[in-house]
Amino acid sequence: MANGSKQIVDFAKIKATMADPYKHPVQVIDREGKVVDPDTLAKYSDDQLVDFMKKMVWERTLHEQTMNFSRQGRLGFYAPTAGEEASEMGSVTAFKKQDFLLPAYRDLPQMIQHGTTVAKGFLWSKGHVEGNQHENPNMMFPQIIIGAQYVETAGVALGIKKNGDEDRVAFVYTGDGGTSQGDWYEGVNFTSAYQAPAVFFVQNNGWAISVPRYQQTAAETLAQKAVAMGVPSVQVDGMDIVAVHEVSKAAREFAAAGNGPVVIETLTYRYGAHSSAGDDPSRYRTDEETKPWFDADPLIRMRKVLTDKGVWSQDQEDKLVEEYKDEFKSAMKDAEAAPAQKVSDFLKWTYNVPTPAVKKQIAEFEAKESK
Amino acid sequence: MAKMTYIKAITSGLDQVLGDDPKTLIFGEDVGKNGGVFRTTVGLQDKYGEDRVFDTPLAESGILGLAIGLSLTGWRPIPEIQFMGFTFEAMDGIVGQLARDHYRFGGQKNFPVTVRTPFGGGTHTAEMHADNLENYFVSTPGLRVVTPANPYDAKGLVISAVESDDPVLFMENLKLYRSMKDEVPDEKYTVPLDSAKVVREGTDITLVAYSAEVNEALTAADALAKDNISAEVIDLRSLSPIDTDTIYASIDKTHKVVVIQEAQRMAGVGAVVASDIAEDKIMSLDAPIGRVAAPDSVYPFAQAENDWIPNADDIEAKAREIFNY
Repeated sequence: MANGSKQIVDFAKIKATMADPYKHPVQVIDREGKVVDPDTLAKYSDDQLVDFMKKMVWERTLHEQTMNFSRQGRLGFYAPTAGEEASEMGSVTAFKKQDFLLPAYRDLPQMIQHGTTVAKGFLWSKGHVEGNQHENPNMMFPQIIIGAQYVETAGVALGIKKNGDEDRVAFVYTGDGGTSQGDWYEGVNFTSAYQAPAVFFVQNNGWAISVPRYQQTAAETLAQKAVAMGVPSVQVDGMDIVAVHEVSKAAREFAAAGNGPVVIETLTYRYGAHSSAGDDPSRYRTDEETKPWFDADPLIRMRKVLTDKGVWSQDQEDKLVEEYKDEFKSAMKDAEAAPAQKVSDFLKWTYNVPTPAVKKQIAEFEAKESK
Repeated sequence: MAKMTYIKAITSGLDQVLGDDPKTLIFGEDVGKNGGVFRTTVGLQDKYGEDRVFDTPLAESGILGLAIGLSLTGWRPIPEIQFMGFTFEAMDGIVGQLARDHYRFGGQKNFPVTVRTPFGGGTHTAEMHADNLENYFVSTPGLRVVTPANPYDAKGLVISAVESDDPVLFMENLKLYRSMKDEVPDEKYTVPLDSAKVVREGTDITLVAYSAEVNEALTAADALAKDNISAEVIDLRSLSPIDTDTIYASIDKTHKVVVIQEAQRMAGVGAVVASDIAEDKIMSLDAPIGRVAAPDSVYPFAQAENDWIPNADDIEAKAREIFNY
């Protein structure tokens, strides 16, 4: 082709504009606490807004208390959640008890909201099987192999569709790093191919342990990845609980009505370490970089909106924090009182019908355990 | 009773479970309209509809995710992985998730999934299609692994696998699909998931094999009989768990044993069987345990596979060596 002649396709232009439809995060309350979408905010009563705030204070207190417990050696693996309160509480509250939750390891707060107890959450962290036995059966345990929860969501959503269950969807969480997994694509694609009801959350908190979001992909947004699977998607300000809730509710309605799945990217931030197991964020990020995110804190902006409305006070918040701390301390006592686990039980749960070798091992361990 | 091929017997078993239990589902690549690349599910979509028998996108990890998620919503999934070589793509689904999920829930939820997959050499398939990968799966607690060696067992075992509340890997031998016919009852029957079977009685030496190697062992037994060596042939049928009682009863009679597998020798099912025998029955043996297995190369290119796969001659030679020890 001669120099200067027009190319049949303008890849440079396609590349420069392909993310355009996805780069407009939905927002109701901005980082200064200013209401930028008063119409949407007006749909919420003061009580509802206060409830949102209470849930975020609850989650922040849970985070702080779990960090204390971790320092005291009273928890095992625990993934800190501070910074992600709007993303987690705003989304989970848009779902109903009959919806099926497939969490990852940073999603204990949503699990507790959806129908397990704080004590069970602690038991999971401490490595006790009771932590995986939830009051609400519509829940998987926290997935550790990131991506697996996405392909399993396709099956849950298809099962819901085949059962003809009405007003029921699957919902699932992963982080920004999770979108690099092949299973992420397979899960969203299968669900879309079957037009099954699911809402896929990507909590983009900036970091996959130490690898920043921009190293995961050259895609400008994670939301745009959904277009390849024929799935509608959106970015939402993940520090704005009203925006997250509103978008989640709309996604749930869309999916439950038989329109297939939705992908939601929440723009949020992980204030703390990846996990309580020795990760030190100062090795890979600076205070300069994290400060703007701390300033965008979801509690600060909601506190301002509610204080302006005259329905919230610092005194009230301080009291709540104390109440929640007591709740968590008592949950820890419950968790610590759980009966010791037995290897014979592990063997019994390995199969429904134990194999001859396992039967023999059960007898051996029961004999040891009865001593 | 009709004469049926191995593959028809599997289709007949699947037909039975689809008819008996409305919660059973068959899915996988090409299993719907096409009836599977080997036609194992042929006619089932027409009979039970696209809701019960359906195609999936081309992604094995996704297929296992579907199976696990469908179990969580009350279904009894029967996914097909088109060739066993493709199970690597579903390894987390089968080994990391499915096999452990009943345990991870502390027994609260069941995952009654039967993963069907064809395997085994001798049909000149494309690379990565014929591998014997059972070693990877028999070392997985929580997963049952079965493989029939004849049409009768194929039907009875697939029905038992689907009806089991434990996850089962059901391995179908490619070479056996159309190479043998048996009397197979039209009605429903089951073959237990954890029992080996004496397929030829004998008194001088025990030959333990599974899948296509059972036929090789039977041929070897015929050859040995000509020299008045009476070989007992055991078909394991279940690779996890292994029915050691049947093997031990035979050894108590013959006092000599050869353990046979098509797969490479390293860390194989045969090694597990041999070590069990060594641990529990060494005092009953008059000779070392013999082993017949493929050599420890990567699965060979198709043109050389018949030189690589252990055959009746290899088994006969090893049996004579052990018999004459």
